[in-house]
Amino acid sequence: MTHEIAESATAVLDPMITRPVTLKRVIWETDDTFTLTFNPCEQGETFHFLPGQFNMLYVFGLGESAISISSDASHPRTIAHTIHRVGTLTTGLARLKHGDTIGLRGPFGSAWPIVAARGKDVCIVAGGIGLAPLRPVVYALLRERKSFERIILMYGARTPLDLLYRVELEAWAKVHNVEVLVTVDRGDSSWKGHIGVVTNLFSYLKLDAPATVAFVCGPETMMKYTIDELDRRGLRQEQIYLSMERNMKCAVGFCGHCQYGPEFICKDGPVFPLPRVRHLLDRKEL
Amino acid sequence: MYRIDQTGLAQLLDTIASRGYVLTGPTVREGGIVFDTIRGIGDLPQGIGDEQGPASYRLRTRDDGAFFGFVMGPVSWKKFLFPPRVTLFSAVKNGKSFDVSPPEDGGQARPLALIGVRPCEVSAIQIQDRVFLGGNAVDSGYSAIREACFIVAVNCTEPGGNCFCASMKTGPRAQGGFDIALTEVIGDGQHYFLADAGSTEGAEVLESVPHAAATTAEEQQAAAALTRAGELQSKKMNTKDLPKILGDNFEHPEWDDVAKRCLSCANCTMVCPTCFCSTVEDVTDLAGTKAERRRRWDSCFTADFTRVAGGNVRPSVRARYRQWMTHKLQHWVGQFGTMGCVGCGRCITWCPAGIDITAEAAAIRGNGVHP
Amino acid sequence: MRTENLTEILRQHPFLAGLSDHYMEILLGCATNVHFAEGTYLLHEGEVANKFYLIRTGRIALETDVNARGALRIQTAGPGEVLGWSWLISPFRWHFSAVAVADVRAVALDGECLRKKCENDHDFGYEMLSRLAQVMERRMEATRAQLLDLYGTVPGVNA
Repeated sequence: MTHEIAESATAVLDPMITRPVTLKRVIWETDDTFTLTFNPCEQGETFHFLPGQFNMLYVFGLGESAISISSDASHPRTIAHTIHRVGTLTTGLARLKHGDTIGLRGPFGSAWPIVAARGKDVCIVAGGIGLAPLRPVVYALLRERKSFERIILMYGARTPLDLLYRVELEAWAKVHNVEVLVTVDRGDSSWKGHIGVVTNLFSYLKLDAPATVAFVCGPETMMKYTIDELDRRGLRQEQIYLSMERNMKCAVGFCGHCQYGPEFICKDGPVFPLPRVRHLLDRKEL
Repeated sequence: MYRIDQTGLAQLLDTIASRGYVLTGPTVREGGIVFDTIRGIGDLPQGIGDEQGPASYRLRTRDDGAFFGFVMGPVSWKKFLFPPRVTLFSAVKNGKSFDVSPPEDGGQARPLALIGVRPCEVSAIQIQDRVFLGGNAVDSGYSAIREACFIVAVNCTEPGGNCFCASMKTGPRAQGGFDIALTEVIGDGQHYFLADAGSTEGAEVLESVPHAAATTAEEQQAAAALTRAGELQSKKMNTKDLPKILGDNFEHPEWDDVAKRCLSCANCTMVCPTCFCSTVEDVTDLAGTKAERRRRWDSCFTADFTRVAGGNVRPSVRARYRQWMTHKLQHWVGQFGTMGCVGCGRCITWCPAGIDITAEAAAIRGNGVHP
Repeated sequence: MRTENLTEILRQHPFLAGLSDHYMEILLGCATNVHFAEGTYLLHEGEVANKFYLIRTGRIALETDVNARGALRIQTAGPGEVLGWSWLISPFRWHFSAVAVADVRAVALDGECLRKKCENDHDFGYEMLSRLAQVMERRMEATRAQLLDLYGTVPGVNA
């Protein structure tokens, strides 16, 4: 082994060491969800990711959070993470401002199989913050719009104020020939859109089941309801992909926290073809 | 195969030490036999045996002066290969930013010689090798320590009360994975060791200490003793179709039964030589200018292990015991190609409730008896 | 102006899929074509419930006033769906208001008319009830899922 090979091997061999990056922008999408943007290649490193992958973001002295990358994979010099503030670590991330430093480890995990969708209709079903890991998919599909037939985006959020990426949703619908159906769990008198669970939206769609590939991401219960609905509409399990979530500490399959049956969600997932996890979904406290 | 006597054993250890290895082996401490740095043959627990049963561990005196007349204590070799606490990196504030550096000791692993590794433990080390070295990511710390290891295995002529390595096919005789394997033979006024080299370096070391060629009779006698040791094991794990049986019985009533007994104390995961779960801790100094990220052992039995936004995936002890056992005997196969259990019996010895994994597996299979 | 054939319209609505010609005739007697401009209230909470709507186009939102929180909309119904079953169940009063959030074209069935026909012809009544029961069951499932508040934030949980 020559000296040079040994050095680059060291860089690869330390997946547990974070590296500092500077925050470029912090955007508050809703009152509890925000997007951090930064350049992962500040020091001239290379960074590439695929839609569906995630990073471990480190707050100095506080800890790390596993956050999906929610930006365009074809522009890896500016990556974005949309984060739902739910606890200590995400609150630590929420306090950061432009110019602050966070630690980056990644990217990790499996990707949405966009290749599997070529030539087909793509049905994207997102619940809540689940839209964040799916946004890179939309970007990827739109980059080669002609490779796909219908692109359907079904998105459910809690209330109209919790909707993410509203401007982009409109643009996708108006300009890019994406069928965008948005619903909320409850609305106010100014909301003229759908109200109800995201699976209700299937009532307004006629899917060509054999020609459809579905990408589903959201709370586990919502994904189960969606899978049942897709099954009712004739999609086979092989046509459905979902993104799972569990507690993560290392993101590389060493710490054991993210195990889901035999699967390590950090490295076997988070994106799974449904047949691989279907039998696990019904197991309580797995 | 060679035959060496006690002097040979002493010289064997000294020779290994003179090659720069830190001798690490069994020694008596606080009423038990643990693994720690030893200086030589004098630190071995000569004439000490152990008696193990469910939730029970006692040392006893032997009258035959055996050096390895015990089975194993609560400490496993993972204490050295996969240390309970390591620093992953340090970070220091630098204006608005911070700098990150790898651990100060530079990860310099002192080469270790593991003395007295039981065949089940050799298997356990190989199992952890697959976890930390066999995937896409490699644990650099584990790799460095492991590469610099010299292993002297000791085969078992006397099984412990909780041993079931024969059913798990990991013993009583070590099959590879060692530099030297010894079998201690005491009887007919004799006390010697049969020694096998398992590597080039092992052969070199053996060549350099006083030895004789083992006779065929000696080899056969030792082989017979090892076979008998396997037959004498009172505990058995029926592994046939076990992963499938566990998978098909996710809601078996036995889980409710064991949940009544399990204290979720995590002892089993601490003493198990293959359990590898860890967590990370982030600490800062008082001024908040220096931070460290440390890795420490964790256990799937802890209440926080599966905390997610919105709650906890495994809040019940029932689910957590099931997770431990099904990981060990079912999911591990899909993940790493073998079961995670080597039949060392530590979990049975050190469980305060005396829960016996072989009995639980039998109960799930449907023909078991509760302890 | 082309008059739309009411029978054709009814035939196309999923709620009535597979309904026999005979029952269709019975229904026709209670049916009128209606249109609501965006923002119009079809019905008000507390009023006598006397209409059953088969929605063809547009969207209707169910709305209720919650003290100190104003008007909250908790469900919508769109093309192919139905609105209102309180016309069949005593005390025949609306539990919610309903407003057109987009221009709505629907078929309105007179509640009293339909009720009488159900009482006169129990087989017809059973047919109507069966179909309504299915709608109610799906609505109930959906509402229960909404109740789970899956996207909600659980306070005090470390992430």
